[in-house]
Amino acid sequence: MMITATIEGHKMSELQLKDLYDGFRNPEVIKGFAKLIEKEAKKLPHPINIMEVCGGHTHSIMKFGLLQLLPNNINFIHGPGCPVCIMPKERIDHAYILAELEDTILVTLGDMIKVPGSRGSLQDARAKGADVRFIYSPLDTLKIAEENLEKKIIFFAIGFETTTPMTTALIDIVLKRQVKNIFFHINHVTVPEVMVELIDSRDEHVDSYNNRIDAFLGPSHVSVITGSKIYEKFPKEYNRPVVVAGFEPVDVMEAILMIVKQFNEGRCELEIEYKRLVTHDGNLKAQALIENYFEKASLFKWRGLGNVPESGYKLRPQFADIDAERVYADILPCEEIEDHKLCICGDILRGMAKPDECTIFGTACKPQTPLGSCMVSSEGACAAYYKYGNLLK
Amino acid sequence: MNKQITLAMGNGGEENNELISKIFYKAFKNDILEKSEDAAVIHDGELAFSTDSFTVSPLFFPGGDIGKLAICGTCNDLAMMGAKPKYLTCSVIIEEGFSIRELEKIVRSMKKELESNGAIVVSGDTKVVPRGSVDKIFINTTGIGEIQKKGISSNSISKDDVILVSRDLGRHGATIFAAREGIELSSSLESDCASLTYQVQALIEVGVKITALRDATRGGVSAVLNEWAKQSNICIEVEEDSIPVSEEVYGICEILGFEAVNLANEGTFVLAIKKEDEQKALNILQTFENSSNAVKIADVSDEYIGKVILLSSYGTKRFLDTPTGELLPRIC
Repeated sequence: MMITATIEGHKMSELQLKDLYDGFRNPEVIKGFAKLIEKEAKKLPHPINIMEVCGGHTHSIMKFGLLQLLPNNINFIHGPGCPVCIMPKERIDHAYILAELEDTILVTLGDMIKVPGSRGSLQDARAKGADVRFIYSPLDTLKIAEENLEKKIIFFAIGFETTTPMTTALIDIVLKRQVKNIFFHINHVTVPEVMVELIDSRDEHVDSYNNRIDAFLGPSHVSVITGSKIYEKFPKEYNRPVVVAGFEPVDVMEAILMIVKQFNEGRCELEIEYKRLVTHDGNLKAQALIENYFEKASLFKWRGLGNVPESGYKLRPQFADIDAERVYADILPCEEIEDHKLCICGDILRGMAKPDECTIFGTACKPQTPLGSCMVSSEGACAAYYKYGNLLK
Repeated sequence: MNKQITLAMGNGGEENNELISKIFYKAFKNDILEKSEDAAVIHDGELAFSTDSFTVSPLFFPGGDIGKLAICGTCNDLAMMGAKPKYLTCSVIIEEGFSIRELEKIVRSMKKELESNGAIVVSGDTKVVPRGSVDKIFINTTGIGEIQKKGISSNSISKDDVILVSRDLGRHGATIFAAREGIELSSSLESDCASLTYQVQALIEVGVKITALRDATRGGVSAVLNEWAKQSNICIEVEEDSIPVSEEVYGICEILGFEAVNLANEGTFVLAIKKEDEQKALNILQTFENSSNAVKIADVSDEYIGKVILLSSYGTKRFLDTPTGELLPRIC
């Protein structure tokens, strides 16, 4: 199929979508990598646990069944990198309350609308009459605002470093064009800080600093923006190799081989598998936009993990006029809502427990009624175990 | 279940099934209804009887419109029970302010589609409601068809059957997504919207041993296969590489994070037929333009009863689930 991308009215060159993935799903190449990994893995000094930080990788690993191609001494720990799954109830409640306001349209991205907070999901709010819309690109918010001048449009911004620049691009236009009816509720989070948290934090259940993560698979699209440089400290300070990898099955398999080779050769490095777009420095223009409008919030709460220092963004104080959290401060609750007491998502994310070891797994906690972050979307470890059960390795 | 109706409850998947069984089946419970077929078989197995309501945005889309859809939908449900559509009713609810010209256009395409099915509308009803009470126009059609071959049922598929699909998957769903506001895609994609009566008649005429047929509308082929696996207590093993998907549909799925097997079709059906008749059935289907790329996609086994498994060409497998929730684009 032909895709014509239009950016601010400028038509870009046409390309075949097939060109982008052809080859990276070739069965023979996948099988070839499986053989190489098997051969190399025999030499591994000890079994290794690789955390794929990003939900997109979890999705690829599940969708393509890659675990079944790996020898028993390579395990995966599914990380917290799904912006929808980690959204705490408090912030979903904010969205819910804002959506219920008169003459207000709450706008957000795709599958955010199905995740339940303590009052229900945005889908439920919509069923009750709230105007909740999902968009494909943050810039689509401009059109909604133009068509509804008498209403307030609140953009509930979510996502990791990948989607953050899109939000700041929208902010940039809103301020330059003096659009008066768009407000922002910012929930952007960052990858390296939560990786540190997983390595460093004390596990409350076992009262120790345990985790079983030996190496990380870093998401390529995050590094397209940030560069690979954000992971430099992990091999150096934490003794954990990182390979920045793409999302196609061939990418993931190649990255696994690179990690195994590091262990076999006694190396501990930051490597890039996704060389087709990732550089050391990343997209400097996007980084400048983020820097211009956002600063780090001292704490951001992650569903299943709790408060993680410096892991989220907020608007700089000079943009308070468009910051929904400040504009609506008097109606947005700030009390903490505890995660379910029996939920062990924190342990699962550290690799200390498997989903089926949780007492509420599949009983009180199911994909239709998720209690913890790992059950919220198809990218979470618990949801995958629930769905694929006995077909998983 | 939720206290309010959500869009997910109309997705043709799990929430939809829950709504139907907990509210409607509970109240209307009877033997015919509980067979849960595309059309009810009544009158000593002589007649098939089915109803369907239609709402689509946009009303006119590449490859069809709501009128064509309303006739194809009900006629196809009848055809899936081996019946030839004969008599239809047509009931419309129209929003105040709707254009008469558009209404005429819709009715014209209904007429054309009726003719190609050899069926007639024998009763109807019209309601006009204040602006905002419905979205432009809703159409309901109900149809009766004469059963040409008795005993077609999705409750009796066995290991002696193979599973075929009549054409490439997901065209209608992908076309509607691409045509909706907010996503600027230029593509030559058209909906598969079409009547299936003649394909089914042709299969019956040459004596293909048909076990079950189902048109893969909402919820797509994965919903059909999962329903069959449960209704017939079997495991369906799908060869992933054999699933026919066009370039365009595959592209839209890649961009939005969908799978073609979950997307709606409006002129594509799934067949369970006896193994020995596989080639015979394919030969017949391939003589029709709409099913020229008909192909076998799956075998039946007893490995995981009630489940559908997808086998990859590099030796891995996974469950293919009934779609859940509203179809929403994935964020990453």
